[in-house]
Parts: sequence; structure tokens; C-alpha cells
Amino acid sequence: MPGLEDLYREIILDHYRSPRNRGELPSPPARRAEGFNPLCGDEVVVYVDVDDDTLHDIRISGQGCSISQSSASLMSGAVKGKSLPEVRDLIRTFKAMMSIHEARLGDGEADDPVALDPDSLGELAALQGVVKFPVRIKCATLSWNTLAQSLDQDDAEAPA
Amino acid sequence: MDIASCKGDFPLLDQTVHGKRLVYLDSASSSQRPRVVLEAMDDYYETTHANVHRGVYSIAEEADRRYDAARVAVGRFIGAPDPEHEVIFTKNATESINLVAATWGRRHLGPGDVVLLNDMEHHSNLVPWLMLAEERGVELRWIPLGDDFRLDLSDLDRLLDGVKLVACTTMSNVLGTIPPFAAIAEAAHRVGALVLADGAQSVPHLPTDVRSLGCDFLAFSAHKMLGPTGIGVLWAHRELLEEMPPFMGGGSMIGDVRHDGFTTNELPMKFEAGTPPIAEAVGLGAAVAYLDALGMEAIHKHEVALTAYAMGTLGDRFGADLRFLGPATTEERGGVLSIAYRDIHPHDLAQVLDQMGVCVRAGHHCAKPLMRRLGVTATARASLYVYNDESDVDTLADALAAAGTLFG
Repeated sequence: MPGLEDLYREIILDHYRSPRNRGELPSPPARRAEGFNPLCGDEVVVYVDVDDDTLHDIRISGQGCSISQSSASLMSGAVKGKSLPEVRDLIRTFKAMMSIHEARLGDGEADDPVALDPDSLGELAALQGVVKFPVRIKCATLSWNTLAQSLDQDDAEAPA
Repeated sequence: MDIASCKGDFPLLDQTVHGKRLVYLDSASSSQRPRVVLEAMDDYYETTHANVHRGVYSIAEEADRRYDAARVAVGRFIGAPDPEHEVIFTKNATESINLVAATWGRRHLGPGDVVLLNDMEHHSNLVPWLMLAEERGVELRWIPLGDDFRLDLSDLDRLLDGVKLVACTTMSNVLGTIPPFAAIAEAAHRVGALVLADGAQSVPHLPTDVRSLGCDFLAFSAHKMLGPTGIGVLWAHRELLEEMPPFMGGGSMIGDVRHDGFTTNELPMKFEAGTPPIAEAVGLGAAVAYLDALGMEAIHKHEVALTAYAMGTLGDRFGADLRFLGPATTEERGGVLSIAYRDIHPHDLAQVLDQMGVCVRAGHHCAKPLMRRLGVTATARASLYVYNDESDVDTLADALAAAGTLFG
């Protein structure tokens, strides 16, 4: 549809129609975090299986729009099998791609500028068009914030 | 004045977005305002503004006159027996309900006292009571919603046992359902409970008479009834207001202030601390005059006809692909249409509709308990008002078809 090509790329619609890594993992041992978008009621639950500093497996459940669901699906494929530092880097890079506008919208926590390396984002770059639709940025970042939350929470709880 | 030709009175509607005629279908969230409301507020600021209840000079007296006249006009609009004393200007319906919870509620509700709510309330008529429940152990009970999207009152007498307050909407902002408020109020009064009406959705759309509603408190907002943002109304019986402790402290609401205490002012100033929204009151007064000129009965008739047209048009065109989350007929129903179209998420629907110039709301509409009851996280909601017509509904139908094509 004219005007919405940047938002609804074919790859986004594909991940929306056939989400990858959908479901749950037994928790514990899997880490589990819930994210809510209070504005629209979208909910996402992220399950991650982390061991030896590696994110071995991930599942996503919850409900949301095409942007939040496709972003979660793309994220799950991008982080699976990666080391935790790599996962954190990816979260930072993705949020930087989205945060230019978030920061301008007075969303608070503007991340430190990160040099954007489009190659490192792969298919995730399809979500870049979302920044032209500021209201939808929170849809795209919901699952990423929830993933970060699952990692941070557990870091805090882990014995020193 | 004629509803059919009133669209031209609303400057905002005369524009295009994304090259398309703007079709505004979000009045349940906030309405637009006619030129006369904007002019009344401009004229107030350009000729008359001074603080109210303080000045002895001419323009201050004129500001007083306009502010007080707005109060009386609003009171008459809702059938208030004593508009000069019983109409309190607040920030919005939300603040009006919070005022009741914080003053009457704190004085009269304690551990074990029961407030009766229901499954289709807006957060503004839930959270103030949830706060009291947390703070003082007040018990909350819920009238369930039936599968016909109407309140299931079959167990009302049992639910009312021991209830001190019933807080109920006069029209659901999600379903359009108009509950049998007067009957609920009568049953509540039989057990000695007071009744609060959240009139945010009905006062703009239906003729309102506080006596026939049978409510003890009525809360509503100006911005949903062609008036400005920043002002709402609490109406209550004078004896109740006299007996309630004050809400916020500050200027205007005091009789005397000493080192060791204060006394409160007379009604309605007792509940209007600080400089009030004067221009907004003037705007609300103009909105009420405009609504009266159109006629509330005529407005209701127009919306019922348009709702029937929308349900018929969308039903014929989309069949089983489209579902209304709300009563299936226009009986006891307002022009609020929550739509589920295939399995397209409401946000995606609203995004595509925007591209076609159509403004609808997508989300939980501040009614999360209702969303849970309906088994959804969000709906797409089109809501109708005086300035909407059949061409707006036709554009909505075309836009839904376009969304269907995009999401396959």
C-alpha cells in the first residue's frame, strides 16, 4: 500500500504470518521475562536457555501487532546460538537503530551512540522503516527490551 | 440547526491527510469542537480575562459572570436541581471520580465495606477504587458481563448485599453498551448504597437528567462533548457535597486560614482549589449551547441511525470476516463500534486506516479487565458523533478492505 511500504516489508509480513521460535521453554531452567506495552496492551514473554555464557535456545509467546511479532521472530533467529556478549551487542545495535527517534521523542534512556553496522543486523535491517512511524517504535523494541530484562534480571540474581 | 449540515462547523475536519479527506472516527476518545466553542474561548481571552472570584474591576466581574454562567448552563444540561451549588468544575471525568474516592470514599469506606463495580468499566472508574481497596481494605465486587455484551444482572441482589457504593458507567467506551442504569441505581438505593455514574461516554451523546438516572454522583469530561480539554464536571447532591471533606487545598476553597487550621468555602468553591480553567468553562458553556441547539434527542437518533448503517454496511461487505465486540442491535447501544477484522491486529488495522485518512483508535481503551474478559489484548474502535455521516462509514469500509488485501 502506498506510504506503508517502508513499514510493512515483505520479510516483516512473512515473520508475522509464520513466526519463528514461537512457544515456551520449561522455566526453570529457562529464564523467563514478560514485557508489556501499556499503551496498546501488547504482551510478550521471552524464554531463554542460557548456559556457559551462550544463549542456546529461545522461545517467544504473547500477543501483538505485526511489528512487535515480526521483530520478536527476527530477534529470536538472530540471537539463537550467540554468546551473551554478542547478544548484548546486538540488542544495543538494534536499539540504536530505533533510538534516534526514541531519544528525540523524549523517551528517556537514550543509548550511547553506537556505530551502526548494517551488515551486523542482517534481516533485522528490514525493521529500519519503523522509525518513520514513531508510535510503532515501541512495538519493535518490546521483545528486545524484554530479552535484555531477562538477561539483566538473572545477572543480578546470580551469585557473585 | 441541522445535524446533517453541521460538519462544516468543525474547522479541523476540513483537511486532508496522506492526500485523503480526514475521516474522524475517534470521538469516544476525544471529540472535535465547533467554531463557536473556539470563538467563545478566544473572545474570553481577547476581551475579558481576569482571575475569577477576586477582582472588583469590570473585566474581572465579566470573567466571573461568564464562568458562573457556564456552570449554570452545564447544570441545566444535565437536569441538576441546583446548578449554582452542585456543579463542580474539575480537570476531567477521571479527576471527578478521584475526587469522590478521595473525599467521600476515605470518609465512608473502610475494611470490609463493599464497592460494586462491573466488567466493562474504564480504568478511571476502576483504579480510584482499587487504590482505596489497597489503602483501606475496601472490598470490590464485580457485576459480570454476559456473552451478549450486556451486564448480567441476574445476581444483582446478592451482589448488592452490604454494598456502600455502586460505581457504573452509563455507556461502555469499548462496547457501546448502555446499561439499565436507573434500574441498577434503584436496586442500590434499596440497600442504602450510593451510586456514582461515569457519564463520560453518555453525557455527550444522550439526553441526561440526573434525577431520572437516579445517580448520586455524575462525572463527565468536556472534551468528549465538543468542549475543550482540561475541564470536567462532577455533579452531586448538595447535601452530599456539603458533608464531604475538601479534595485539594489552596486558594478559593477556603473560608479562613490560621496557623492552626482552616475552614472551607461554600459550594462549589470548596472543591475548586486554585485558579480554575476559566476559558475552558466558557468553552464548555458554548459546547453545551451548541449541543442544545442541535438537540440531544436528535443527536441520539442520528447516531442510532448511523450505527445501524455501519453495522449493516460492514456486515454485508465483510460477512464472517468482521465481528463487532458489542451488542448486535442498536437497542440500548451507543455509536461505539469495536471491530475485530479477520485476525489483523488492531494496531495494524489502525495504521492502514490512517493511510486512507481514517482515524480510529487501536488498543485496550483503558479497559484492561474488559479486554481480558473478551479474550483480546486490544480492539480497533470506530466511534461516531454529530459530524459523522454515511460517507465516513463508506470510507471506513473501503479502508478495511485495503487492510484485508495488505495482510492477506
